[in-house]
Amino acid sequence: MKNNNVIKVENLTKAFGDFTAVNSISFEVKKGEIFGFLGANGAGKTTAMKMLIGISKPTSGKAEVAGFDVFAQPEDIKKNIGYMSQKFALYDDLTVKENITFFGGIYGLSRSKIKEKRSELVAELGLGDILNELVGSLPLGWKQKLSFSIALLHNPIIVFLDEPTGGVDPITRRQFWEMIYKSANNGTTIFVTTHYMDEAEYCDRVSIMVDGKIEALDTPKKLKEAYNAHNMNEVFLKLARG
Amino acid sequence: MKRFIGFIKKEFYHIFRDKRSLFILFGMPVAQILLFGFAITNEINNVDIAIFDKSNDVTTQEIIHKISASKFFSIKQNITNETDIETVFQKGKVHAVLVFEKDFKKNLTKTNTAKVHIITDATDPNTANSITNYISAIIGSYRQEINKDINLEYQIDTKTRMVYNPELKSVFMFVPGVMTIILMLVSAMMTSISITREKELGTMEILLVSPLKPFQVIVGKVIPYIFLSIINAVVIVLLSIFVFEMPIQGSLFLLALESVFFIITSLSLGILISTVSATQQTAMMISLMGLMLPTILLSGFIFPISSMPLILQVISNIIPAKWFILILKGIMLKGVGLFFIWKETLILIGMTLFFIALSVKKYKIRLE
Amino acid sequence: MSISVKNISKSFKKVNAVNDVSFEVKEGELFGLIGPDGAGKTTIFRILTTLLFADKGAVTIAGFDVVDDYKEIRNNVGYMPGKFSLYQDLTVEENLEFFATIFGTTIEENYELIKDIYIQIEPFKKRRAGKLSGGMKQKLALCCALIHKPKVLFLDEPTTGVDPVSRKEFWEMLKRLQQKGITILVSTPYMDEAALCDRIALIQGGKILQIDTPQEIIKHYPKKIYDVSADNMYHLIKSLKSFEHNYSVYPFGEFVHYTDNRANFNPQELQQYLETKNHQNIKIEITKTTIEDTFMELAK
Repeated sequence: MKNNNVIKVENLTKAFGDFTAVNSISFEVKKGEIFGFLGANGAGKTTAMKMLIGISKPTSGKAEVAGFDVFAQPEDIKKNIGYMSQKFALYDDLTVKENITFFGGIYGLSRSKIKEKRSELVAELGLGDILNELVGSLPLGWKQKLSFSIALLHNPIIVFLDEPTGGVDPITRRQFWEMIYKSANNGTTIFVTTHYMDEAEYCDRVSIMVDGKIEALDTPKKLKEAYNAHNMNEVFLKLARG
Repeated sequence: MKRFIGFIKKEFYHIFRDKRSLFILFGMPVAQILLFGFAITNEINNVDIAIFDKSNDVTTQEIIHKISASKFFSIKQNITNETDIETVFQKGKVHAVLVFEKDFKKNLTKTNTAKVHIITDATDPNTANSITNYISAIIGSYRQEINKDINLEYQIDTKTRMVYNPELKSVFMFVPGVMTIILMLVSAMMTSISITREKELGTMEILLVSPLKPFQVIVGKVIPYIFLSIINAVVIVLLSIFVFEMPIQGSLFLLALESVFFIITSLSLGILISTVSATQQTAMMISLMGLMLPTILLSGFIFPISSMPLILQVISNIIPAKWFILILKGIMLKGVGLFFIWKETLILIGMTLFFIALSVKKYKIRLE
Repeated sequence: MSISVKNISKSFKKVNAVNDVSFEVKEGELFGLIGPDGAGKTTIFRILTTLLFADKGAVTIAGFDVVDDYKEIRNNVGYMPGKFSLYQDLTVEENLEFFATIFGTTIEENYELIKDIYIQIEPFKKRRAGKLSGGMKQKLALCCALIHKPKVLFLDEPTTGVDPVSRKEFWEMLKRLQQKGITILVSTPYMDEAALCDRIALIQGGKILQIDTPQEIIKHYPKKIYDVSADNMYHLIKSLKSFEHNYSVYPFGEFVHYTDNRANFNPQELQQYLETKNHQNIKIEITKTTIEDTFMELAK
């Protein structure tokens, strides 16, 4: 039986002195899944995510991402995943074209491959007119869509998205999620954190962290049944309020 | 008034809770003074020299003995032929070679004249100069001793004495300079960083939309640094007096007063810098590159202004530090009163008023 | 006290951040400025709090002009800017004391006003503000903005980036404050918060789309919206989009909001169409219009 899990986490813990930010969490994510990773601010989400993308060493426990161990092979993990966060995604003072070329280079793509990908993006996102515009002058919605596409340049197995749609207008938000659906449909696994509870509904499965622990993990539908809620917002309120 | 005090209280909290700025404020000045005082020196100690004694008589031996007994020189080698002189310099073993001519004592008693050659390695001209002077001094004093018993025609002795710093102690030269730099660093850089930090964090917006008047904000930011700079100045002076035994010839009160003027000048420069910087990094860069560097190079701290090309000499006049160093040297080393340094003091006060006026004008009460 | 904004415009270099914006806020009202990032909300706030000059137009706050009488305004309003800024290295208590002092008052004097909010962070009063969680920082910022009992409160995106629980609590606090007679102008990108305001202005790209009470805005939405769901969301969206009569297709959580461009639309037709596309578990039902639906329609 082929193991279909691209993320495997077992009792993962991160402590800073006597404060335990992430307290022995365990879960698995299947290939092609859209996995929502939710939690209040300070619940430990960001810390957990940092461990999974290979930029923070766990205190104890095990985790495997894209087949690589987070303790021993963080560099291999970085090569095989895409990452996009709200705080930083692209260089504002480079043009769209330059950003694509730059990140393509970082991910190790050949010149011809970068060219190919660039044409693809131009067609898909309608970038023709803005290829030579500075990213800083683009509206937020465009930036987000572009960042997402660039995070996928090297066809990673998993893409980690850290609150990708914060502050974006409602129409663009939905266009963004359509892009996410499309990638997932093509087999890319999506690991996303968000504060928009309606977006939680778009996920295949959702986990909710409270005070360093995972207090719920299931499909949105089952979670709503379990907590007798109409929508994910209610589920969250019931859980996080304790 | 209460508002103002509340604001100053907050500023003190910031300063004492930021370990890094505490280190810059207190650790650096002390470290710098000690470094400059002990490590960097123009004096010579235990300099290696070689002797080429062609006579080998009682007199030359006495002179050589006197030299080796001093703490300034250490006789590394005795040379026996001409070619060795070149060799010993090339190998870098010694900084000077002392050559006594043949029949030294005989010539001295017979003709009252004997020749000594002092050959120094002038690749470091400062040291070479010092060596020549020290050796000449030692020989001169020996000549004094033997002349006491001989009734001879009048000998002209050239005496050189370095006035105000007889031992040419370099620390005396450095203290005014270091004190100036440190006061400028603490006052200008820290003030500009403190103001731009509020801009960067966004708290400046809240301060603007409040009853606090802009001048209360500026003065409130500046007052803690005045206190801290004064403390620094006191520490530096105390260190100079007790560790380096530097005498303060002039009035301590005048010293304090002038220092306060200079601190205020630097603070107003700091405020000026903050009005043109949006981020702390910019403020720090401008302080270092635009203020510190020209000050170190053109204020007369290390390089004498009189040796610079004319254009730089002219430029140096707009550097406040230049005038303050002159004032400090005057008070600390020469012991002069206001009568002699009124011109410099007036220039400093003038510059201060100018910078304050400029910063007030440029201070923005809105965001753009 | 009211806020009166008449035809203000503001550009930065080539960008028109605010374009001919007008609105009024009545005394004691809870007014929301609703729109995404880049809509111009923060610029408008800065003009109203006297931090920026508008290129055109006029604004008065409680009768004071923002240009000529800026000092009176600065002495009397409460302002919480978007970037979230309190002094990170001061404790909760020290921050509050500082703001009280610069406004010429004390914590005790107006404690009643902030009591409900402060109790929640009081256990942490000796903790440095930088070490608080997002939700607690917001509560502290709110207390600091209120401590001098301002007549008008300006809150620029106070709930952005904060989890839903804290957001809900925050709005509950705002409602209670409103009952104490304070006029509150809030901006937010979250459409669901709009429903909690007395009146709202929808804003996008520097222009106002509509101003009214949330209920009226919803009432004026021209079409009926249907909740459509099926087993596979992604394919459902694709199918709906390729349905020739669709007017709008937007995912909304577990459903897709569908509107048809015909007046006499029969949902059965849609059901059959979807069945031919092999969708399972199809559900189609009329649903309540939300502010978000309206916003997207107006912003198109």
